[in-house]
Amino acid sequence: MAAPGVFGGLLRRLGGFGVRVRRSLHTSPAMSVQITRGLLKKYGEKRVIDTPITEMGFAGIATGAAMAGLRPICEFMTFNFSMQAIDQVVNSAAKALYMSAGTIHVPIVFRGPNGASAGVGAQHSQCFAAWYGHCPGLKVISPWNSIDCKGLLKAAIRDDDPVVFLENELMYGVPFDMPEEAQSPDFLLPIGKAHVERTGQHITVVAHSRIVGFCLEAAAALAKEGIECEVINLRSIRPLDMATVEQSVMKTNHLMTVEGGWPIFGVGAEICASVMEGPAFDYLDAPAMRVTGVDVPMPYARNLEELAGPQVKDIITAARRMVTGKEESRATA
Amino acid sequence: MFVATHNGPQFVCGQAPPVDGPMGQRGTYAIQCALQALWLRRNLGARSLADFASEATFDVKPCLLHGLESAPPISVSLSREDGLLYYKQMQTIRRMELKADQLYKQKVIRGFCHLYDGQEACGVGIENAIKPTDHLITAYRVHGIAYLRGVALKSILSELTGRQGGCAKGKGGSMHMYFKNFYGGNGIVGAQVPLGAGVAFALKYQGLDSLCVAMYGDGAANQGQIFEAFNMASLWSLPCLFVCENNQFGMGTAVERASANVDYYQRGDYIPGIKVDGMDVLCVREATKFAADFIRSGKGPMLMELETYRYHGHSMSDPGVSYRTREEIKEVRTKSDPISLLRDRLVGSGLSSVEELKEIDVKVRGEIEEASQFATSDPEPPLSDLTSHIYKTSLNSCIRGITPWQQLATA
Repeated sequence: MAAPGVFGGLLRRLGGFGVRVRRSLHTSPAMSVQITRGLLKKYGEKRVIDTPITEMGFAGIATGAAMAGLRPICEFMTFNFSMQAIDQVVNSAAKALYMSAGTIHVPIVFRGPNGASAGVGAQHSQCFAAWYGHCPGLKVISPWNSIDCKGLLKAAIRDDDPVVFLENELMYGVPFDMPEEAQSPDFLLPIGKAHVERTGQHITVVAHSRIVGFCLEAAAALAKEGIECEVINLRSIRPLDMATVEQSVMKTNHLMTVEGGWPIFGVGAEICASVMEGPAFDYLDAPAMRVTGVDVPMPYARNLEELAGPQVKDIITAARRMVTGKEESRATA
Repeated sequence: MFVATHNGPQFVCGQAPPVDGPMGQRGTYAIQCALQALWLRRNLGARSLADFASEATFDVKPCLLHGLESAPPISVSLSREDGLLYYKQMQTIRRMELKADQLYKQKVIRGFCHLYDGQEACGVGIENAIKPTDHLITAYRVHGIAYLRGVALKSILSELTGRQGGCAKGKGGSMHMYFKNFYGGNGIVGAQVPLGAGVAFALKYQGLDSLCVAMYGDGAANQGQIFEAFNMASLWSLPCLFVCENNQFGMGTAVERASANVDYYQRGDYIPGIKVDGMDVLCVREATKFAADFIRSGKGPMLMELETYRYHGHSMSDPGVSYRTREEIKEVRTKSDPISLLRDRLVGSGLSSVEELKEIDVKVRGEIEEASQFATSDPEPPLSDLTSHIYKTSLNSCIRGITPWQQLATA
């Protein structure tokens, strides 16, 4: 089958073995099992392994295998289930190199969908960017489009350190143009480097994952009012590319972070604190601001779910308020 | 009349005795001469190998079996060479752990310190049954195992004292010691078991004729992740030997109060299991060989329960007598001490002698003392090690320090 969408390039070459969770056999587009479709047939049972639904066990097994010379890719059906295994990710994988002073290293990738989906309720909608981004020893990536996913997953697999790769279920079905260069089997993107998706001189808008797309939509609308947004796609959560953010803020004098996750102790909190401590602070014309998910467990009812996370209109309103001081556009004022 | 050579006493027979002993000068002098004669007879080749047997056979306790048709042998042969080796290894671990106890009380070792004295036969029996190309992982009661896997005594002790000469450069501490084919040293109870199954997975994937020994204690034996590891190890026929060192207490909780089923060797259910006398190094060795052969023949994992005992409390912060009696500890020491057991066998069978074993004791004490001197005099790690080994491939050259303006170089 044609494989447009986020992982079109991935299927061509996979460096390690994939340990994946099979929850069911049906092929609803919402099921993350789609990502590894075709891999079993292409690479065989030795390299693509269905595990029982025992996250702590299989994350530990994958980590042990990495310690002993393999380069595993460990899939969590969603990162919500990684909480059952988080001890292995943090205490076994992330800290091994340090505790052993270099004797043991863990070239593993933990990947799977992260953050809000659609109608899946409170236990299946949490964003783990801040939790994993908090830990030294991990590299944490949160890609947005196909180019990000291709280049960064490949870089993650080739990296000798444990990498947490936070995908987004609602992005799996979204097609993107893949330039020629990005379709090469050795196309890599650097971990820890953000990408400016859109330049602008009035406000720096920083986001990761699916929200980047929302910010670009908001930017297009704001441009009609004469507000030019510079949209930065973080691509990586750890290390965080503050240099790119600071350089932008020193140009635009305004900073707004946008994320789907909860506000308290989140990615945006880190970015704002960092800017306060760095050279860009003196360039701010207004306090840096965070736009986030609401500080509640995710509700199921569609209307409430929509209210629980930042929508394009929220980004527009917030950016407009920061730049003009008003939430309504001048046109409607 | 003869002169003491090399390490013998420092006086010469026939001279006036240099010291005024409790038995009067003449009595002391006579004793000292007799000792010297003995020493010289030993060290000048008066003793020949013909004085000792080269091999002997011993009976060991039969193992309890679960899901197995055959069993390890109960009649075990031991060579003199092996006997002396096992004795030295066990005595080294014993003395090293007692030295660690001493250093901890002097506050030179801090934090966690979980001692292995009493359990020596487990580690020594396993190591002498597997190959150096086999892999091993255990929990935090690891100092003895690290030594057996090849970590030098001074590297172990200076890791405990947090010095740069430590096997993890002082950055790991008591619970985090690693070596080739040895994965620590793990602080989270039970976490090492799936890791060990993962190592076994890698060995099988790479087509190696090696197995992984994944050790845990009775305290960890109820952890869910252990059963998750059992399941996958069995499903995928991983070359993993799960070893439960049952020292009767999970921290301060006796096995009967922690486990609805204390037959740990049966807890693998579909995984064949074997219960072994963990105080008898020969029993452990034979059972491990049996298990290793089973696993190497491709039959999948096995579970081995070693019934053992620890003299110290769970750690140095546990006196170890609030949940068991001093009488119980004393009884085990008197009746089942693994080193005494081996000593009696070696001497009783003519494989060695009391004197020869005492020589080994002295040598071991000397080695431990030397390692301890090093461990207490070696400098602490340099400040640059605070920020080294975060990543194998660092993406930034600096790490944020305590304050925003403190940027620490990272390697």
